[in-house]
Amino acid sequence: MQRKVVCATAWALVVLAAAIVVGCAPKKQASTDSASKVQITGAGSTFVYPLMSRWSSEYAKQTGVQVNYQSIGSGGGIQQFKEGTIDFGATDVAVSEEEEKTFTRPFVQFPVVAGTEAVVYNLPGITQNLKLTPDVLVDIFLGKVKKWNDARIAQLNPDVQLPDMNIVVVHRSDGSGTTYIFTDYLSTVSSEWEQKVGRGKSVSWPTGVGAKGNEGVTGQVKQLPGAIGYVELNYARQNNLAFAAIQNAAGQFVLPSQETGTAATRAALERLQQDVRSSIVNMPGENAYPITGFVYVLLDKQPKDTAKSAEMKKFFEWVLKDGQKIAAELDYVPLAEEVVQMSLQKLAEVP
Amino acid sequence: MNEPATDAAASARIRRHSRSTAFWSDRLFRAVIIASASVLGLLVLFFAYELWQSSTLSIRTFGWRFWVSRDWDPVREKFGALPFIWGTLVTSIGALILAVPLSLGTAIFIAEVAPRWLQQPVSFVVELLAAIPSVVYGLWGVFVMVPWLREHVQIPLEQRFGHIPLFQGPAVGVSMMAAILVLAVMIIPYITAVSREVILAVPQSQREASYGLGATKWETIRRVVLRYARVGILGAIILGYGRAVGETMAVTMVIGNRPEISLSLLQPGYTMASVIANEFTEATSPLYLSSLTEIGLLLFVITLLINALARFLVWRVSRGEVRY
Repeated sequence: MQRKVVCATAWALVVLAAAIVVGCAPKKQASTDSASKVQITGAGSTFVYPLMSRWSSEYAKQTGVQVNYQSIGSGGGIQQFKEGTIDFGATDVAVSEEEEKTFTRPFVQFPVVAGTEAVVYNLPGITQNLKLTPDVLVDIFLGKVKKWNDARIAQLNPDVQLPDMNIVVVHRSDGSGTTYIFTDYLSTVSSEWEQKVGRGKSVSWPTGVGAKGNEGVTGQVKQLPGAIGYVELNYARQNNLAFAAIQNAAGQFVLPSQETGTAATRAALERLQQDVRSSIVNMPGENAYPITGFVYVLLDKQPKDTAKSAEMKKFFEWVLKDGQKIAAELDYVPLAEEVVQMSLQKLAEVP
Repeated sequence: MNEPATDAAASARIRRHSRSTAFWSDRLFRAVIIASASVLGLLVLFFAYELWQSSTLSIRTFGWRFWVSRDWDPVREKFGALPFIWGTLVTSIGALILAVPLSLGTAIFIAEVAPRWLQQPVSFVVELLAAIPSVVYGLWGVFVMVPWLREHVQIPLEQRFGHIPLFQGPAVGVSMMAAILVLAVMIIPYITAVSREVILAVPQSQREASYGLGATKWETIRRVVLRYARVGILGAIILGYGRAVGETMAVTMVIGNRPEISLSLLQPGYTMASVIANEFTEATSPLYLSSLTEIGLLLFVITLLINALARFLVWRVSRGEVRY
């Protein structure tokens, strides 16, 4: 009996293995038949992953060129690109000057799309957009403003009946570009934040609880009355979370959206032309949303495989032109036309 | 088999077989099992070496202070593991305190008390719990247990006993308490299933002898069955504890991920496994990475110590020095 079972299992394994071999074989043949088709591999930012998948499937439909993208995180993307195991890297935080020195070969980095971060909150019965100034936002995240009916919040929102409720800060527990952009913003507007906490993908938060991923923060804010957190705009929209209008550098209260995000990228143009790594939080401009960041792509300037590099160049040209419309459909922020031109110039450095 | 002719033929075949191949197959078998056993041993050594190697930078920078420092500041690169060690020990021991009585009760019920028709369904349900992936426990924890816990347990506790450090607020749901509860639910099936097997393995003659001496059912279970099965039950508890110490996903989702040492069960905390899972992917600076690896090394050492302690306990118990 026992033996029969063992035999049957062994046979099942053999059959399975055979099936896998047979199943794989035609595929292999198909790919050798169309040997001219190029496979491009990239990895990095998890934020851009849904958009990158859409881009690659649309582009494959039009040209047949396959772009494979793995969302392993921005840090991982930079690392893999540095080691030369992938063709391009994608990151939410530009490779710094210091980090660039550790690279053994020349590369170029430029933005391909942007995103805005919404400050979301859960106040039972309140669906309107609260107004928040940078200093109130900083003090909430420093744990100094502890109640929702604090005089400073009430003063900004005279027509809202604010509850006597504890504010609970919800932040990311995993290292992330989202956290970098948010803490970069807080550090830019407040020297106290910069000294006490600083900017980084993970920081030592003065108060609050941590949740994993944009979806974790969204879930936590959604089920915890009194919670406040920061997530990429599409998470706030898709989960119907209320989000705040933040006062920008021009003194206007601005809601996160594609238009206000694009306005921020346009306002950043001059700084970007001097240094493509420049942070674009808290940009001047009446309509610029202050918590905005780019997704950068890293490409080799001296690629080993020039044919592949040429294909990759075509792909990113398409991304910067036609791809921007798709970005808007998926709640990402399309780059301003001027920034697209700058990125195309950078792309031209790739052979 | 009944026919003497085939019998003789068979034994002749066996004899021939043993002279030629059996000798070699025995040797081969021996080689294979020795190889597999040493692969495991080498793997453990390799792990320890690799962890030590990758954490040397952190060990050299912080020294022993790494174990007692409460700082965890990736921006300024100041790292200390104490809040994570604290969180890991509190949650795993708390879970064990909750899970052990429940699991033993269930195991005894299934093995000794339940009618035959009920044994299978109850065991099945318990084993089903063990098969649920931890991320599902985490999701259930975040969306069902945590909100319920906050409204019906934590807020009343805070209002009535908030002056005791153990129940200091403000209660936000995600907390050490939530992590302890989720962990307890996760390890109950392990402890129950193994204990049940151990209890079922107690020879029937032991029970009959006890009844024969006039013992009641309760006395038989306590003095005979549990006493006979104690080493195995201890093993089951250690297995459960091992799972609680290393559990990552479900804990991360409900503990609040705050590297702070608080006596209050209502406050968020952090565990060693969680911080590694959370921060490893984006830890790019060498010191940061090395510090995370050192936490891994500490977790390795703590697990080793717990296992050693457990071995020692088993040894003492089986020698009969500990009585209960």
